[in-house]
Formats: sequence, structure tokens, C-alpha cells
Amino acid sequence: MINAGDTAFVLISTGLVMLMTPGLAFFYGGMVRRKNILGILMQCFAMLCVLSLQWMLFGYSLSFAPGSGFIGGLQWAGLFGVGLAPYAAYAPTIPHQAFMIFQMMFAVITPALIIGAFAERMKFSAFLLFSLLWATFVYNPICHWVWGQGGWLKEMGILDFAGGIVVHTTAGIAAIVTALLIGNRKGYANQPIPPHNLPFTVLGGALLWFGWFGFNAGSALAANGNAVSAFVATNAAAAAAGLMWPLLEWWHNGKPTTFGIITGSVAGLATVTPASGFITPFAAVIIGAAASAACFFTVGIIKPKFGYDDSLDAFGVHGIGGILGTLLAGVFASSAVNAAGANGLLHGNPKQLLIQLIGVAAAVAYTVAVTFVIYKVVDMAIGMRVSEKEEVMGIDLTQHREAGYTVLE
Amino acid sequence: MKLITAIIQPYKLEDVKAELYKAEVNLITVSEVLGHGRQMGVTEVYRGVKESGNLLRKVQIDIAVNENFVKPTIDAIIKGARTGDVGDGKIFVTDLHECIRIRTGETGSIAIG
Repeated sequence: MINAGDTAFVLISTGLVMLMTPGLAFFYGGMVRRKNILGILMQCFAMLCVLSLQWMLFGYSLSFAPGSGFIGGLQWAGLFGVGLAPYAAYAPTIPHQAFMIFQMMFAVITPALIIGAFAERMKFSAFLLFSLLWATFVYNPICHWVWGQGGWLKEMGILDFAGGIVVHTTAGIAAIVTALLIGNRKGYANQPIPPHNLPFTVLGGALLWFGWFGFNAGSALAANGNAVSAFVATNAAAAAAGLMWPLLEWWHNGKPTTFGIITGSVAGLATVTPASGFITPFAAVIIGAAASAACFFTVGIIKPKFGYDDSLDAFGVHGIGGILGTLLAGVFASSAVNAAGANGLLHGNPKQLLIQLIGVAAAVAYTVAVTFVIYKVVDMAIGMRVSEKEEVMGIDLTQHREAGYTVLE
Repeated sequence: MKLITAIIQPYKLEDVKAELYKAEVNLITVSEVLGHGRQMGVTEVYRGVKESGNLLRKVQIDIAVNENFVKPTIDAIIKGARTGDVGDGKIFVTDLHECIRIRTGETGSIAIG
């Protein structure tokens, strides 16, 4: 039976999550050098266009149609059979297409997150091919495992409310793999590469925080108490993490920074994502604080020590955040908050943490293997990285023949 | 006294600075400029319309030096900036009439160093 309130809420949440992709574009865009801003914006918008179509053509079917434990069937390809009546197994009170398009926005932003790893040095043609293959062979299967009807992790009882595994772990792990394979940017070791427009980064991050309300609360798929508890947990984690990072900077680096407060907030949001609909508000605060600490450590200490160029910290923030958050969901989940969830370690059920760990391990292993293969295939076919001369001139001029900014009019 | 003006590739600035510090040239002014050489810059396209002869971003370095520092400075800049590719840049050397340190009012060679 279609509920108007639920449908309205899910559609608006869909809009909020859609806005996260342009938000991400500016969040990342401000962090690169001025000669590469358009490259970032172009890649993000291309994901909106390409993945929206892929999702309708076969992505939705592979992710959510009943099939095997590993992958969905193709009976919903071309949205065949995806009508306006509800599909009860997923969302009994909203039209099936509302569920489909809400999930589409998750499928769009996940490959966009990986952009942070290879920013400023990936060919646009290779990016399109890589992202399309990645969405089909990594995102669609793992989405099916966790959220699809009959998915093996779903059957095992994994808790992933809005995409700790499906979105952040997969994208974050793909990020570290591609960053290592594509190699460091020219001059990375001995040259400062500061963000060219931190106001953009802050604005983008703010849009992400706003959109995340749709990402997490919308995943309740109904305008009910569950959505509210996810909403409150989302904000609580963002706030705690946003405060924690500058405090860590104050202690470790001397001054708190805007780059820090916005990175911290995003880290908190990413980490609370899998737990958001299963926890109390103050559990979210703890998760947020832990997120900032873990990501701060990865980005500020581990990354310089190992010298890899995960340029915009897609692994350091989303990868680490997604993994940590999925595990913490197994610690803090409470069936008192959400009866459809489960209890975690702190509520007397250590088995849940084990299930979370299995899920994370499987997602990491699969993502590493398949991302590696896809990268190698595309690299052999058309080459992934721009030439050294193109990298020096900049992505905007060489891949798009445009300049982001004029100087003399 | 001479004023040395160098136009270099922006990504070479750190290498040039490192070479200058090694040559004990520690005074420097850097600005962002636009320009192109005989290759006539790049072509940009906006909604299908091509615009050619567009200027490329460069970095300009200005250093005032005493006579004995002219060659070391030029050598350092070349060492830091040369890649062998088109676009390495140019160095101009002009006569400097006067140099004054604002804080103390010193003039001439003492003010430069």
C-alpha cells in the first residue's frame, strides 16, 4: 500500500543524495591545483550521466533483482518489471521505481569517490571505461551481497544501513589499489601541492553533510522513527568528527584548519553510514570521534610514512571510514533502537562483530582483486595515465581543452 | 648591480629555489605571469568555438644581485629549470641603477645582499 509521506520522503532523499555528487565534485575540486579543477568536475558529472544510464539498463537488475547469493538476475534489465507498484521485499510503502532511483544515486556516487585516488593524472577516456566496468563488476555484485534479495551477506545478517561496505569500503579500497597502480603525481615527494580553492572544498563538504541526511535517513525507506534516528545519528557523528579533527591538529600540528574541520566531518559521516539506523545518538558521537582519530592517523602519519599518493584521501577517509564504521556497527548496534537490525557487541551479541568482519574481509578481498584486473585490462587497452607533458600542462587543457579560470578576463 | 628576471615553468619553481639556496642566493621575488613563445600557446574550445593563441601560465622570478653573483645565480636558475623540452623559459639580465633597503636606508651593493 503506497504511503504518500514515505514516497515524498524517499524522493526528496533521492534529490539530496544526487546533490552529493556535485558536492563531492567541489569538495575534491578545491583540493587539486587550478589547472585540474575541470577534470574533477567533469569526471563527477560524467558519473551522474553514465551511471544513471547503466543503472537503468542493467545495473539495478544485477544489484537488486532476485538471482543467486552472488549476483542479481537480469529480469529487471531496462527496468522491465520495475513499475510503480511497491516491491514489498525492499520497500512496501513506496513505488518500486522510487526505490530504484534512490539506489541509483548511491551507484552514481560510489565510483565518483574513487576519483580522489588518481586525481590530476588519469585520462578521461580511461576513466569512463574503468568506472563503467568497476560499477558493473564490483559495485553491482557487492551491492547485491549486502542489500539484494538473497544476497549472501544479507542472509548472514550483516548490518550495513546505508553503505559502509557497499559504498565507502569498495570505493576506498579501489582508491588505494588504483593510486598504487597509477603511481604518484610528478613532483609529489619534493613539492607542496596545496589545495587551490579551500572555499570550494568547504562548500562541497557542506553539501555532502546536507546530502548525507538523504543518504542515511533516506535509507530507512520510510518517513518514520527509524529515519529520524538515522538522521540524528548522522548529524551527531559529523559534529563529533568535525570537532575532533581540528582538536587533533591543534595538538599535533599547532593550529586547527578549515581543511581539517571539513575533512573530519566527512570522515565522521562516512564512518557512521553503516551504523546510522541501528545506534543511539551518543554511540554516533563516539563513532564520529573514533572516525576522525583513525582517518587523521592514516592521512597524517601513515600516508607520509609510506609515501603513496592517494591524492585526495579517498582511501584515508572513505576506505578507512567505511571499514571502521562497518566494524563499529557490530559493536554499537542495538535492537532497541531498530528491531529490524540486531544487537552488537555492547548489547551482548559478539557474533555480530564477527559477521561484520567477514563482510569487510570479503568486500576488501573481492574489490582488490577485481579492481586490479579491471585496471590492468583498461591500461593495456588504452592506457590509464596521461603523459608527463600532459600532466604538467594540466588535465583541463589537455583532456578537455578548457581552462577553469581566466586571469586576464 | 644587475636585476635578473627569469620566466620559468611553474612546476620547476621548487627545483629552481633549491638550486638558488645552494648557490647562497637567498633573496627572491616570485610572481605569476601569462605568456607564450613561438609555439603560440594552446587552443581552447568553448561550446564548439575554438580560441587559439591562448597564453600559458608561467612563473617569473626577479632577483637583484651584485656583479659577483650574476653568474652563480644564472647557473642555478638554469640548473633548476632546464628540462630540455620546449617551454623551459628565458632569463633576462638588466642593469640596476639603485637598490635601497627600506628598513635601514642603506643603498647600493650593501642593500642588495
